[in-house]
Amino acid sequence: MRLSLVHARYQLLETFRIPIALVGSAFFPAASMLFFVVPFSGNDRTVATYATAAMVTFAVMSTNIFQYGIGVAEDRAQPWDPYLRTLPAGAAPRFAGRILAGLAMTMLSLIPVVVIAAVATEARISGPAFLAAFGTIIIIAVPFTLMGLAIGYSLPSKAAIVVAQIVFFPLAFGGGLLFPPDQSPGFIEEIAPFLPTRGAVELMWAAVGDFPVNPLSLIMLGVWIVVLAAIAGWAYRRDEGRRFS
Amino acid sequence: MILARAVQATRRYGDVTALDRVDLDLHAGELVGLLGPNGAGKSTLLSLLVGLRRTSSGRVELLGGDPRDPAARRRIGMTPQETGLPPTLRVGEVVDFVSAHYADPVPRAELLGRFGIDDLARRQTGGLSGGQKRRLAVALAFVGRPRLVFLDEPTTGLDVTARRELWDGIRQFHADGGTVLLSSHYLEEIEALAHRVVVLGRGRVLADDSVTAVRDLVGVRRVSLVAPELPSLPGVRGVERIDGVTHLLTTDADQLVRDLVGSGVAFSELEIRPTSLEDAFLAITDGAGPEATGTPVTVGSDAPSDAVGSDTRPAQPADV
Repeated sequence: MRLSLVHARYQLLETFRIPIALVGSAFFPAASMLFFVVPFSGNDRTVATYATAAMVTFAVMSTNIFQYGIGVAEDRAQPWDPYLRTLPAGAAPRFAGRILAGLAMTMLSLIPVVVIAAVATEARISGPAFLAAFGTIIIIAVPFTLMGLAIGYSLPSKAAIVVAQIVFFPLAFGGGLLFPPDQSPGFIEEIAPFLPTRGAVELMWAAVGDFPVNPLSLIMLGVWIVVLAAIAGWAYRRDEGRRFS
Repeated sequence: MILARAVQATRRYGDVTALDRVDLDLHAGELVGLLGPNGAGKSTLLSLLVGLRRTSSGRVELLGGDPRDPAARRRIGMTPQETGLPPTLRVGEVVDFVSAHYADPVPRAELLGRFGIDDLARRQTGGLSGGQKRRLAVALAFVGRPRLVFLDEPTTGLDVTARRELWDGIRQFHADGGTVLLSSHYLEEIEALAHRVVVLGRGRVLADDSVTAVRDLVGVRRVSLVAPELPSLPGVRGVERIDGVTHLLTTDADQLVRDLVGSGVAFSELEIRPTSLEDAFLAITDGAGPEATGTPVTVGSDAPSDAVGSDTRPAQPADV
């Protein structure tokens, strides 16, 4: 456990040394907040709160897909990773450290969204709802972490960058993150429940308001988690087999 | 006491056999050189000994255990490749990070001082020169107060002064009772440091003997000259023609020159040089393979250039 924290600390340190990397993961959600939410949510407190929750989901998704997808793929290409395997620790502290650092980065990327919501919109949230949202963020980080790991462990870094960029926008748009609940265009209403972003954002909406969750979205979110876990696990074992067996 | 051992260790990558039934015992207090051209299996053998890879058949032991068990690696050290250092971390941070894995690490200042890079502690590794990175990489092998260190081509790319300083550091560790397995393409480096040398070629142990014995074994000279046509000469172990220059490999250059003169052939630009180990071993083990041809070689006295061909094994990962 102590070693996991050490690994997390140095991974964060490496990330912070290139500040633009921080800006990157927080940029899209914050920009979407400024362009789509602030001008249009007006004085409606519920609309603003739901829109903020959607942008938080957006941020959780993009941060995790990018940081794991690209970070893991780049690390796999470096001889530093195998060197660390010769130290008297197994692969576990490095992996646990990566997840801890990933959670910290996720929380950091949310700060601009939450600050913009508090300052520039009518979005308001009660203490218990804030805690519920906090817990929900950790839950909805799971499928996107797995998606990032699946990309990072199965693709070389140049391909991982492209795939991460290709998947994140359709997931956000198709999942209805850019529209208020029930106001998405028709075709998005049709496909959204089948995307992991929809189940995730509905959980967030339920945490910050009294949104009735669509069971289909939740079931599909569960299916996504199982499938992504299987792909990530397969890719991880294949990578271990190639490099360390 | 045996600190590390390979018993009939074999490693295949797909169809390629990188290591073929290798036996090796490393005794406490030894400084052993591991010699061989790229692709000989040096890195594969090291990766088995430090637990990065599994044997396909046979077995390896490290400090009485399985190297794949982290506990067995507590008292070993290994050099990372310099290209692998995280570029944004400072030198001191890299040392602290690696130190965190050991129960009783060498204090940072002492470690960096021993390798002459204590003034670099605040620098990011990405901004270091190749030589500075190399020294840091070698220093990292010693951070956990190891009994046994594996140094994979520790001085590749260093200038003369830096190489000698690193050698001093390695000698000091050995003088204090440490055990070293050091891989290199350079006979000179092995001669300067090691007492015993293990020569690998195409995954096999070709020789495992004292440095003197192996030096005699590889005492092959390259006699180069420009001549239209050469008669068959005794004692020639190999002939190459590159860009109009004929290169003859022989263990007795003096006799060869006498024979040349005696034969009456008109030749010019005669040159006699020590060969690379690769040349020497390919000549001796009569295994002239694809990587033996057409490689101009120079093994200088002080500044060996990297004369060996590129690693051509497809399934081999980055040298570790």
